[in-house]
Amino acid sequence: MSAPGRLPRWADLGLLPIVSLLAALAASAAIIAIVGESPWVALRLMAAGAFGSQEAAGYTLYYATNFIFTGLAVAVAFHAGLFNIGCEGQAYVGGLGVGLVCLGLDHHWPFWAILPVAMCAAAGFGAAWAFIPAWLQARRGSHIVITTIMFNFIASALMTYLLVEVLIKPGQQSPETREFASAACLPSLSALLGRLGLNVSASPLNLAFLFALAAAAFVWVFIWHTRWGYELRTVGQNPSAAVYAGISPPRMMLIAMLLSGALAGGLGLNEVMGVQHRLLLDFPGGAGFVGIAVALMGRNHPVGIFLAAVLFGALYQGGSQLSFDLPRINRDMVVVIQGLVILACGALENLFRTPLAALFARWRHPGEGE
Amino acid sequence: METYTLIVLLLAATLRVATPLLLAALAGMFSERSGVIDLGLEGKMLGAAFAAAAVSAVTGSAWAGLAAGVLTSVALALLIGFACITHRGNQVVAAMAVNIMVAGLGPSLALAWFHLGGQTPQLDAPGQRFVEIVWPWAERARETPFPGLLYAELLSGHSLVVYLAAALVPAGAWVLYRTRFGLRLRAVGENPAAVDTAGISVNGLRYQAVLISGMLCGVAGTYLSTAASSGFVRDMTAGKGYLALAALIFGKWRPYPTLGACLLFAFTDALATRLQGVALPLVGVIPVQFILALPYVLTVLLLAGFVGKAVAPKAIGVPYAKEQ
Amino acid sequence: MSAVRTDPPAASASPVRDTPPALELRGIDKRFGPVHANRGVSFAIARGTVHGIVGENGAGKSTLMNIVYGFHRADAGEVWVHGRRVDLLRPHDAIAAGIGMVHQHFMLVDNFTVLENVVLGVEGGRRLADGLARARAELERIARDYGLAVPLDAVVEHLPVGLQQRVEILKALYRRAEILILDEPTAVLTPQETDQLFRMLARLREQGKTVILVTHKLREIMAVTDRVTVLRQGAVVHETATRETSERTLAEKMVGRAVSLQVEKTPARPGGVLLAVQDLEVRDRFGVTRVRRASFELRAGEILGIAGVAGNGQSELLEALAGILTPSRGEIVFKGAALVRGGLGPRARRRLGLAHVPEDRLRMGTVAAFSAQANAILGYHDQPAYNRGGLLRGTAIQAGCARKMRDYDVRPPDPGLRLSAFSGGNQQKLVLAREIDCDPQVLLVGQPTRGVDIGAVEFIHRRLVRLRDAGKALLLVSVELDEILGLADRILVMFNGEIVGEVASADATEGKLGLMMAGVKEESV
Repeated sequence: MSAPGRLPRWADLGLLPIVSLLAALAASAAIIAIVGESPWVALRLMAAGAFGSQEAAGYTLYYATNFIFTGLAVAVAFHAGLFNIGCEGQAYVGGLGVGLVCLGLDHHWPFWAILPVAMCAAAGFGAAWAFIPAWLQARRGSHIVITTIMFNFIASALMTYLLVEVLIKPGQQSPETREFASAACLPSLSALLGRLGLNVSASPLNLAFLFALAAAAFVWVFIWHTRWGYELRTVGQNPSAAVYAGISPPRMMLIAMLLSGALAGGLGLNEVMGVQHRLLLDFPGGAGFVGIAVALMGRNHPVGIFLAAVLFGALYQGGSQLSFDLPRINRDMVVVIQGLVILACGALENLFRTPLAALFARWRHPGEGE
Repeated sequence: METYTLIVLLLAATLRVATPLLLAALAGMFSERSGVIDLGLEGKMLGAAFAAAAVSAVTGSAWAGLAAGVLTSVALALLIGFACITHRGNQVVAAMAVNIMVAGLGPSLALAWFHLGGQTPQLDAPGQRFVEIVWPWAERARETPFPGLLYAELLSGHSLVVYLAAALVPAGAWVLYRTRFGLRLRAVGENPAAVDTAGISVNGLRYQAVLISGMLCGVAGTYLSTAASSGFVRDMTAGKGYLALAALIFGKWRPYPTLGACLLFAFTDALATRLQGVALPLVGVIPVQFILALPYVLTVLLLAGFVGKAVAPKAIGVPYAKEQ
Repeated sequence: MSAVRTDPPAASASPVRDTPPALELRGIDKRFGPVHANRGVSFAIARGTVHGIVGENGAGKSTLMNIVYGFHRADAGEVWVHGRRVDLLRPHDAIAAGIGMVHQHFMLVDNFTVLENVVLGVEGGRRLADGLARARAELERIARDYGLAVPLDAVVEHLPVGLQQRVEILKALYRRAEILILDEPTAVLTPQETDQLFRMLARLREQGKTVILVTHKLREIMAVTDRVTVLRQGAVVHETATRETSERTLAEKMVGRAVSLQVEKTPARPGGVLLAVQDLEVRDRFGVTRVRRASFELRAGEILGIAGVAGNGQSELLEALAGILTPSRGEIVFKGAALVRGGLGPRARRRLGLAHVPEDRLRMGTVAAFSAQANAILGYHDQPAYNRGGLLRGTAIQAGCARKMRDYDVRPPDPGLRLSAFSGGNQQKLVLAREIDCDPQVLLVGQPTRGVDIGAVEFIHRRLVRLRDAGKALLLVSVELDEILGLADRILVMFNGEIVGEVASADATEGKLGLMMAGVKEESV
């Protein structure tokens, strides 16, 4: 049979990603063994490092916040049939928007007034950076994969220029802005819960995490329960059918990419306003690319994306723990695992799908030989 | 130093910067002409750079390093091939996966094996690097600005890989346009079904193409860590793979225009290095980031059809599956 | 299987000859997952004959031929060529065994020259130049012998389809094919080009080649073949010498029961003009003019048929009427509204009461990965019945789909099932249900029965006539002359983008339409 087999829905959404993930983790274990450490010890250390304490779990969810935003961004574009590799740049520029708002308003406005402006800036700047590749794809037919990659580099050059030449705090060597006043900082979740009388240890986890959850819920409703989501998916699955139905594919592509860029910009809230409280070089730190892994593993569904984001948050947090405790491992190991997960869940899907489908076929029609 | 000397030195630097770009772009040409998107140039180069530096450091032989670099890059190419050709996976996803994996794997293995915080040891013993080949009388020629300086700086004084890359352009063009393999390669990137029904294996051809791409990327990566610098450092390709891909698109998937694009992009890079902090008449100091971003902006403009039009091979990015 | 060769000539046996058959299939069996595409297919084809293979869509003709060409591998069974058993694992093996195939969709590299296309795979050496020179000489000889002149240095994409097909035949002959398979070769040809092709096939037969013609057009079978094999549901159900059978017999064998090729309907009672097309000109996205100054009117209570060979502008006309293509000049007036000047797109036209069943339901009319219920609202998803303030009304959508499935006998009646899991006929019925359900004044229908089993064809035809009788106007585009003749009350013929004539259905004959489809104007017919 030439086409890969069909799986029941639950297996397609649940079993297949788990099998792929296990394969990726097995390959990672092999690499850890090659490096000369015990994969089992590494796994225990990582689990402890990621969830072993309230603080550790806070760090894990703080990383996950970034990955939810970028994972959703990649997924929304995917549903419209677009591969947005530019989340890294969109998040970077989105953060610039947040930073500019905070730098401009932090000494003048109160927090509750700055927050909505900063949110709009995050979404708006991220969307604007996605708009150009989207427009070029929709109207001029340029390949969005290539243009978004180019825009990552252009964003990086732009931000370096701004931080080195323009926004740098005077009299300082490292390319960073000044720190924001407290009116422009998102409260940490431990502070918020403290106000409710709950005592949680401090971590970078902040209000942006709740925004990320809200964004996930919004994406779920938007994609599957609104006519715009229906139109967007139609364009992604069959552009000719969309035209036939009176839906304009270029318009939906623009909408999808604007939404995607806006979601990626959400990362700026978490990093710039929530944790760093200033603009600095390369704060997205590759989260845009993790978003690809998260979206692929989460099957482009918000629930899956949340779970995958937490998993990657745990990998990042646990991985940094690992590099403290095991001398032969550094944080780059997490990047290796990330690559392997993308490979197994995204590119090698059919490797697992075909045998699984055969297994299901045999299970359903016992006795029917070849 | 007067302007003439500056320009000659700038051009010489351009050649050195262009070499890995050109090798990678030619690699991409073979792969993409067969219908396989080659976003993996970055990862294959980086993997080769690490393997070459590591093996050269251990064995003391740059040639052993080259062998390791090529083998590593070919292995990565085959991995992408396995995912995209055999299992018809998404080519963009597979390549991104390899790029990300290698970005982590190099420093991880370097830390475990050399304990230098993710780098390989400095290659400073003789034979560990591909050194510049000085042509006869180059030092004497340097004394006469024209044509002596041109001879000494542009023709002489490059490592073997630079000359190899230059030779590969006509060689690549010959293979692509004048051989049976080239005909089939171009055909499979346009209409794989036609190739299949003509009794030729589509997958076989595409594997050959990614294999060639792997070898060329291997040479490019080796050049980075054992000729252009002396050892592997984290993320040392720094986007050169993507830049090479941009050059390939800019060159419309053809060998000579691709050479031109590589030289142009390399020139902007060399220029940016030269112009760092230098005030020019009339315009003042040009921020170096703007010059560095120029190749990317140019590629975007080209893709958008504002400067010429690049038409990709028709079947690019589409996994080949027989219809029922 | 030895019985096949020892029996005296009977309906089910191949002719006895001294030489072994050119091609003999023994018990070919093939499954694609749950689909049993070929069931123990056995028959033999004598050397130097033209052999027809007929069957409905999905009867397994193409699968069988792809197995013979080594494109697919049979699960069981043997293929014998000229008395020798051959293992066909890939096309290469079939080519080596002397089998050539002209696919329905040409297997040509568009931006290569004819010469490059012909030599692809048999270049004759690692360096191109030598092989190309030799090939040129050889091809010129073949072209002389078979009367197959083609400009060797022309780039294929610049050639008309008739010539492209010739390149495909040249490819096979250059590879020294003794057996030539043609899969639906006339789908894209005018009647005149078809005649040319058939003369070419006759010449090949004279030269001792064996030709296998795969088609669903019975007229062609009767015209050129010596013997014919009928496939139904993957199995051989009938085999006979062509002169001993008739179109009607073949049709019945194809379907497995008596069929009415005639659609039962009363004369039309046309009412007022519903849709008026004036001076319409349509260009495709490459700027090529595909419809030239078309003008006509469509009245309530009639079916207006548009006949023509595929690719003569009917598709573009249909899409322009539906609002998918924007005409470069001219006007379409519907219920008093100027659709072109008003810039009304598909959505607005649907709201006005202009529905459209597209020619290619999988490419345009449906989304294969969506469920049936999501497909049942395509184009109508913005209407109040299905969404409120932008939020989709899940229950209403599901109930609406279930009702449509009941009314149009869509099986299985499961709104949640993916569209790709339905058969072609059931997909088409769902599309039809969706477009008729909103009670349109005008229905544009393209190829309503393409890839649909005969049972569903009758159902669809009856529904279209019923819609006409309810006073709606139908515009029917079909490349199947029989369908046009059976359904339409008036027939317009298109050739090269122009409407070359109009015929009342009572006066229409195949011969008359055929000439007009080839561009001969009405007056001279």
